[in-house]
Amino acid sequence: MIRLEGVSFSYWDKQVLKNVSFEVADSEMVVVMGPSGSGKSTVLRMILGLECPSEGKVLIDGQNICAMKERDKREIRKRIGMVFQDGALFDSLTVGENVGYYLLEHTGLSWSEIAGRAEEMLGFVGLNPDEVGDMLPEELSGGMRRRVAIGRALLSTNPNAMLYDEPTTGLDPMATQNVLNLITKLHQEKGIASVIVTHQIADALEIADRFVVIHSGEVVFDGSLDELRSSQEPRVVDFLQPFRESAERVQAKHFINNR
Amino acid sequence: MAPAATYYGGNQGKEGCILSAINNLLKHWAYESQGLFFFSLRMLGSLVKRPFYFTETMEQMYLIGVGSLFLVVLTGAFSGQGFALAFSQELAAFGAKDYLGRIMSMAIVRELGPTLTGLMVAARVASGITAEIGAMKSSNQIDAMVSFGIDPIRKIARPRLISLMIMVPVLTIVCDAVAILGGWIIGLFIANVTSTMYWSSVVYKLNFGNMFMGILKPVCFSFVIAFISCYLGFTSKGGTKGVGRATTNSVMMTSITILIVNFLITKIVGNMLKGYL
Repeated sequence: MIRLEGVSFSYWDKQVLKNVSFEVADSEMVVVMGPSGSGKSTVLRMILGLECPSEGKVLIDGQNICAMKERDKREIRKRIGMVFQDGALFDSLTVGENVGYYLLEHTGLSWSEIAGRAEEMLGFVGLNPDEVGDMLPEELSGGMRRRVAIGRALLSTNPNAMLYDEPTTGLDPMATQNVLNLITKLHQEKGIASVIVTHQIADALEIADRFVVIHSGEVVFDGSLDELRSSQEPRVVDFLQPFRESAERVQAKHFINNR
Repeated sequence: MAPAATYYGGNQGKEGCILSAINNLLKHWAYESQGLFFFSLRMLGSLVKRPFYFTETMEQMYLIGVGSLFLVVLTGAFSGQGFALAFSQELAAFGAKDYLGRIMSMAIVRELGPTLTGLMVAARVASGITAEIGAMKSSNQIDAMVSFGIDPIRKIARPRLISLMIMVPVLTIVCDAVAILGGWIIGLFIANVTSTMYWSSVVYKLNFGNMFMGILKPVCFSFVIAFISCYLGFTSKGGTKGVGRATTNSVMMTSITILIVNFLITKIVGNMLKGYL
């Protein structure tokens, strides 16, 4: 279980997070939404222990990650998979080497064994290993890069939880759908907790059980889809308003139901 | 139009604003120095921690050593010849041309060789290290590494430090040899110094003190290059523009620090080795 208790964080003079509290149960899928620059990605970095709060605690399975030694943090991180914005693939390694990176670093397996597992994982994330295995990350499209990153995170740590930082930002509709399907499939088949940070409201509504809205570093909403729909919190209403108006305009053009 | 006081920091006035700017500059300098100091300690500490990343270290040794060889040979050849040419003319005026080898040996091995090699490697390698690490940082590759339980200091910085510790002294020896050879060519064909005289004079000054200084300096320069270039890469921020700025700072800071360290070693270690020089 992941739990944030009264977390505040400042970067120099700028307060990024203010008294943020929420938890993610095992097997739960939570979407953290909010406008750009509201502190969403910082939340993920804190869960991984890449940043530490100036106040409050981040607890992973009851352990405060920031109070740990670096060696213990590494053990915690091995149980959490992280998909960074734009994939963060190692650009000097091939796709196959990227996916098998963790095994290459932390196990004594031979390269042929690792390559076999990497190919299997590439298949799981919907990519053809024969086609992309020897390619460099720069040769892949944005959607393919995200899928490789998901595969890398999965093969790396066999995680209890997955963290996704803006997994669909900048992707075309088809690539977005592929990535969302993969995230849902992963959640259903492996039953692991997922925290997805995004400002793409449509994507969030499509996949999540629970929603946390962060605005200017504060949690202004934490609840289910029904609660989000009926929320009267002005900052939530303001955040959702452009999406609602856009959906209504599309609806008014009879585009969605009249194919 | 806003009152002048606004431009100079409200009611503080011009002097207040200048003092405040100096204060901020000193704070920034102190902060960066402290950061560099602790980062250097971490890098030194990582030298004895597993895993050792042998393949990465060998790759870096190749990139730094072989990659800089041509530049160092070229620098050694031309600076050695230029130095010999200038000195042979001066020595000839005093009838002391036979001392050319001795001066070449002392100046190249003790001072010019290490400093020129340090500066050349700094210009070529420090910028590359900072740019590479900075680019990895700005594209979250460093964070990705940390999230896989890998210490980026051990994985990225340490192989570069070890490679520099080995390759800068080796390159310095190559630079020394080429520069002294360049001096011999000038001595033989322009200054009319016989080969026997030149080489016996060179060997005379290749004593323990000069050779010790000639090896100690490049080892120290390798620490300077590794610490500063890796630190600026790991702390770069502001996207591609920030990486560019860090790269420029890296070359500038390593070059200046090398010159300062060179002076300090010459002064302090030179005094300690007085009897051996």
